[in-house]
Amino acid sequence: MKLDNIYQEEKKSNFAKVSEIIITMASRPSGFIGLSILIFHVILAFISPYIAPYDFKAINPTLMLQAPSAEYWFGTDDLGRDVFTRTILGGRTALTITFFGSLIALLWGGLLGIFCGLVGGKTDDIVMRIVDAFLSIPWILAMLLIVSLLGTSTEVLIPALGFFYGKGIVRVARAATHDVIAKDFIVSARARGHSNFSIIWNEIIPNVRDAILVEGAMRWSWMLLGFSSLSFLGFGVSPPTPDWGLMISNARGLMSFAYWSVIAPIVGLSSLIIGINLTADAFAKALGIDRSTKAPV
Amino acid sequence: MTEIIQKVKNLSIGFKSKKGEEILILRNISTNIKKGETVGIVGESGSGKSTLALAMMGYVKHGLYTIGGECEFNSSNLLKMKNRDLEKIRGRKIAMIPQNAGQALTPNLKIGYQIDEALQLHSDLKEEEREQKISELLNKVRLPSPETIALRYPHELSGGQQQRVAVAMALAGTPDLLLLDEPTTGLDVTTQAHVLELLNFIAKDTGTSMVYVSHDLGAIAQVSDRIIVMYSGEIVLEGPSRDILKKPIHPYTYGLLKSIPKLSLAGLPQSMPGSQPQPGTMHRGCSFFERCDFSEEKCKSNSPQLEYLEELNTSVRCFNHKSLMNDSQVNQTVNKIKTSLQDKEILNISEVSISYAKQKLLDQVLNRISDDNPTVKDININIKKGETIALVGESGSGKSTILKSIAGLLRTKGGIIKFDQKRNLSSDLKERDPNDLRIIQLIFQNPDESLNPNHTVEEIIAQPLKLYFGLKGEELKKNIIELLQKVRLGEFYMSRYPRQLSGGEKQRVAVARAFAAKPDIILCDEVTSALDVSVQAAVLNLLQQLKEDFGTTYIFVSHDLAVVRAISDRVAVLYQGRLCEVGPSKDVYQFPSHPYTEVLLGAVLEPDPDIKPKLVAEDIVEEKPPQKGCSFQGRCSRILGDICKNEIPPWQITNSGNSIRCHIPLKELQKNQIN
Repeated sequence: MKLDNIYQEEKKSNFAKVSEIIITMASRPSGFIGLSILIFHVILAFISPYIAPYDFKAINPTLMLQAPSAEYWFGTDDLGRDVFTRTILGGRTALTITFFGSLIALLWGGLLGIFCGLVGGKTDDIVMRIVDAFLSIPWILAMLLIVSLLGTSTEVLIPALGFFYGKGIVRVARAATHDVIAKDFIVSARARGHSNFSIIWNEIIPNVRDAILVEGAMRWSWMLLGFSSLSFLGFGVSPPTPDWGLMISNARGLMSFAYWSVIAPIVGLSSLIIGINLTADAFAKALGIDRSTKAPV
Repeated sequence: MTEIIQKVKNLSIGFKSKKGEEILILRNISTNIKKGETVGIVGESGSGKSTLALAMMGYVKHGLYTIGGECEFNSSNLLKMKNRDLEKIRGRKIAMIPQNAGQALTPNLKIGYQIDEALQLHSDLKEEEREQKISELLNKVRLPSPETIALRYPHELSGGQQQRVAVAMALAGTPDLLLLDEPTTGLDVTTQAHVLELLNFIAKDTGTSMVYVSHDLGAIAQVSDRIIVMYSGEIVLEGPSRDILKKPIHPYTYGLLKSIPKLSLAGLPQSMPGSQPQPGTMHRGCSFFERCDFSEEKCKSNSPQLEYLEELNTSVRCFNHKSLMNDSQVNQTVNKIKTSLQDKEILNISEVSISYAKQKLLDQVLNRISDDNPTVKDININIKKGETIALVGESGSGKSTILKSIAGLLRTKGGIIKFDQKRNLSSDLKERDPNDLRIIQLIFQNPDESLNPNHTVEEIIAQPLKLYFGLKGEELKKNIIELLQKVRLGEFYMSRYPRQLSGGEKQRVAVARAFAAKPDIILCDEVTSALDVSVQAAVLNLLQQLKEDFGTTYIFVSHDLAVVRAISDRVAVLYQGRLCEVGPSKDVYQFPSHPYTEVLLGAVLEPDPDIKPKLVAEDIVEEKPPQKGCSFQGRCSRILGDICKNEIPPWQITNSGNSIRCHIPLKELQKNQIN
């Protein structure tokens, strides 16, 4: 019996799988735009220290609030610093902190959710009520408390953001686990006597991984907005480090006569968030999680 | 000549693949449905039978589209009609009865309201008349006390009753054509026989034409006047039902009929090799070529046309139908099963009872189960090494529950499960040591669910090998290849994912995984009920072969009495979690038997229009086993009186060693059941 190649699908290497997913993502206009924006931002974050035309902290009182010109592309701010330099550098901290924050959120949220879904019973009840309790606390207040107690260093911000954004992932991971837990292959693994760890690692994670990754990607963009809000309130990155949230906060009073000092960081922040969102959407569709676009047969 | 109400002309339906190729689900179908006749459409899953039925009401599933041809009803093409015009036809002229009535009824609306809704849409009756009509309809589908049923919600009805309500709703618009898509597939055997009988009655009573879609030739045989056999999107045989079932002149139908196990024949039926080609993989030539026993060189490159034979009033798509015509009757041959029974008892189940009741707080704290009327009670079975014992019963009879307890997946309330006459098996999985887990392996009903979709076949089979024997590297690979060969799969299957396999292949992988643990006992939970008939026989034959090779003991759960007859040495009949009858299978299938076994045997559908099911008892569903007395008292047609209601019946043993649990003396049972 020979099957035609549309049903033939040999085991692929991980690299081949990843590149196939990326190609599928890029084949949709929205996915292409999202991916391009995200890649642009990531590359910029890596190379910006080397291409920045000026020193980001060089204050020059004689050049205060200059309008955009050939010399200063995006103008200068109230301390005479180059807005272009500060804008291309401003995404670096936010991107790094939120990227690692999302990883932590994914890890603890995903694993706890899977564990609760698998074990069930009283453990599940207790853990989920605690998660619910944390979900009811306004995160920004709690973040402010943590930051004012422990400071605004990266070592504090990454785990704190990771913790607060992981709560939602717990629920998603638990729900995804519930979908597979009733299937016979889990029952079969249990009946064979596999350990909980082995069941989670071999049977559950391959089946819930996609859903959790997509959720994590969405959380990343939310976390970026959250982190910028913290900076805006003065609890994120401390000056003079360039950061979009901080720049918007500083320049917001000058908006009426020096629009350039605020527009550049706003465009930077919102384009990155839109980029991540579009990419996460395309990622979900490429994995086939979005059911409306699934092939009919 | 009778009036033709639906004319399907050269219909092709398909979809576009990712690469943009057109892939056909239905290929050039032409047929007519005459007024007042019942047409059965039969075929394996994926043969396009449901797509054809849906097209007959002008509906094409999302993602598919019409490539050519038409479905003509009242001289207008349904497939080109606007939705607004179709709404006037659907329900009024053409009605549909879905497979799963439980899902087709809105859960939060009362039955009466839902039928009223159908009447408002599809008839011109006034409000007072409608009320009258609702009870009339419910009466027609033989639901007890229509007034109370109308006030119930769907979940308060049993599966059979829900299906009847669906029939009543379909009849609300007095349609000319009824489409039934596997209407009895999810139902118990006894309920199925009752629903089919009702459909037959309705067909005669109202003169409605019916199109009955099913994979089950037994059900088709009971209702249809004419049968259409479909294979990979084509009609391969079409003609009067008696001729087709008695003298099939197409090799596919011929093979299909041969592969269905029958009650009258012990032993395993012959299997058909291979499986149906997937849509889009058809090449030139006959689509059945690869599985055909009668194929010739010309079948490989030329596809046969549907040929109408005047003298038989039959259309057939085969070059060689003439040679089959001479072969006449289907001579079913069976492979007799060899019993490898040993005297040694391997599993003793004594006094086992299982409860699903939610436990009170005190009992939870004390970690005990208290329930004076548990779901499963008094199970005593001693299983010999090398035996195949089957547990049969309708859904809710506790057969799968017992399997779970043996596997340690469900805690028992009481009783002892003893292995090899010395080791007690704890009913808690965590208390069993790895060796106790290894000796008992499970094979599940649905291989789609029992194989992890993200694992390759290699990874799936490697799991027990790594867990129990700690195999690694080359040795592991060698063992996997060996196991694959045992289940007749080639080495190249190792890198495949379950979704790339057919149903039968998937179940073979599941079998290989169970045997990888080198178990003493294998628990088979409805292992063939998710498979197509032609594949079922192959899996049964494989299981039997493996058993002979390894000396394994099978505990086989099934609702299909014919399958059980084919493979088992001994049968235990369960009702409401209590044993009714235990004995060697050849004796259980003979009278005298327990009144419940009699009901079950009577309801079995054979693919033969001359053998009608005998409906002995009502098909009411009991929610809970009775507190005292015989478990079958509620439905028994031979009930004696108070003794059955108050006292648990004694075990009576027949000459051949068959135990029957009934108050009626054996001689009397024999006398009444002899015909």
